[in-house]
Amino acid sequence: MALWLDALVAEIRAEMVANVWKVVATEGDEVADGDTLVILESMKMEIPVLAESAGTIAAMHVSEGDVVQEGDVIAVIE
Amino acid sequence: MFETVLVANRGEIARRVIRTVQGMGLRAVAVYSEADRDLPYVTEADESVLIGAAPPAQSYRSVEALLEAAHRTGSQAVHPGYGFLAEDPSFAARVQDAGLVWVGPRPESIGAMGDKIRARNLVAAVGMPVSRGSTEPVLDVASAVRAAERIGYPLMVKASAGGGGMGMAVAADEDALVVEFARVQSFAGRMFGDPSVLLERYFPRVRHVEVQVLGLADGRVVALGERECSVQRRNQKLVEESPSPAVGPELRLRMLASAVRAAEAVGYLNAGTIECLLDVDSGEFFFLEMNTRLQVEHPVTELVQRIDIVEQQLLVAAGEPVTFDPDALQPTGHAIEMRVNAEDPVRFLPGPGAITVWEEPSGEGVRVDAGYAAGTTVTPHYDSLMAKLVVHGVDRDEAISRARDAVRAFHIEGPKCNLPFFGELLDHPHFLSGQYDTGLVGRMRS
Repeated sequence: MALWLDALVAEIRAEMVANVWKVVATEGDEVADGDTLVILESMKMEIPVLAESAGTIAAMHVSEGDVVQEGDVIAVIE
Repeated sequence: MFETVLVANRGEIARRVIRTVQGMGLRAVAVYSEADRDLPYVTEADESVLIGAAPPAQSYRSVEALLEAAHRTGSQAVHPGYGFLAEDPSFAARVQDAGLVWVGPRPESIGAMGDKIRARNLVAAVGMPVSRGSTEPVLDVASAVRAAERIGYPLMVKASAGGGGMGMAVAADEDALVVEFARVQSFAGRMFGDPSVLLERYFPRVRHVEVQVLGLADGRVVALGERECSVQRRNQKLVEESPSPAVGPELRLRMLASAVRAAEAVGYLNAGTIECLLDVDSGEFFFLEMNTRLQVEHPVTELVQRIDIVEQQLLVAAGEPVTFDPDALQPTGHAIEMRVNAEDPVRFLPGPGAITVWEEPSGEGVRVDAGYAAGTTVTPHYDSLMAKLVVHGVDRDEAISRARDAVRAFHIEGPKCNLPFFGELLDHPHFLSGQYDTGLVGRMRS
């Protein structure tokens, strides 16, 4: 069951503390592997958060201006 | 000569400018935000002024706060460092209108070079090579295909409003252009609110080489050699060296002469940098842009030319002659700079933090320009540069050997730190051979 879910649902998590600078994709969008979902900003660096698989954005958990902590879920792709 | 100089910046560059200001017997005024009150430059200045809260808009980018600090401290000149307001022509003009000396180029030169298309046309008119590209923003796919016929494939499709490597794609032929144009345009619209796209000739293997120029008070422009800046991540420099291993005597003569003509075309005064792309396959170079300020990596030029560039900036701003003979420049040896950043050495993601250990290397040919010390904190408000580790040797081999020793002797704990990356780079066969391009870091990490 867990394996089956893993194959279909991908959680995209923040790799560092950062500000959410731009939200590029929205819920319901079809995305390809490597598409930019969100752009984080930390220490004057813009860090794109990319889709790691193709699918549909099932949930977008952040908005522009939010602060994310390392490990926070940013988006869910089905 | 003015007596008091306000340094409108923070961290390592503020400290580096203050050192020269004081060395010339002048008074240095530092400005700082609430986040920076413990940093070394604040205590080392002759006077320090708190100018506002941590966000740059409320402090280092606040023209009112900076001019007020200058007025209150009796400053007669303003040195902008790099970043923040250094390339804002209206700030330069405001400083001058307030009766202060601006340690930098004329506001008109900053404005002319800040407009990318205007800059390209200006330098092309004086014979500097520019690569083929769209001369105005492209808004539809039919125009893109027409422009591409003139420019040639492969080409780079990029968002006009973009930067930092985002919203860019390479198209090898017309079919790819149709696909990539739509993707980039849609990304640009969502991302930047501006769907216009630029097309440029794409070079698969390029080096980034730049020329340091200095416009003297008597109107002459001098080129102080070139810097190789191809070790980059996310299109930002990590390591610079001078001379460039890719530039021989004949190419150097042409590049430096072109850079001088380009700077003369805008009546350039003070320090500036002409950035070029060097196509590895053809050996041709092309104008990329001009940075109308002091550059982060200026120390590599200082070490090979044995000149203090900040001192020359202050002398030029005061209308005085420089300390060297522009007709008798004699660069010696080889210098390498490594940007020690608060970021991890693998993916280069930033990680601020409180510094518990800070031990700098020292010794012959080793220079450290640091913004922090033990007990200070790297905050998330500003860029991740903690220090510049710069080495000089009689030749490139000696510089590399000194760089290895210095990297091993540099100990920082607390924030993330990219020092281990330099250890890896300094043993990498492509870096050692000198035959590398801007794809080097990407290949090391793929």
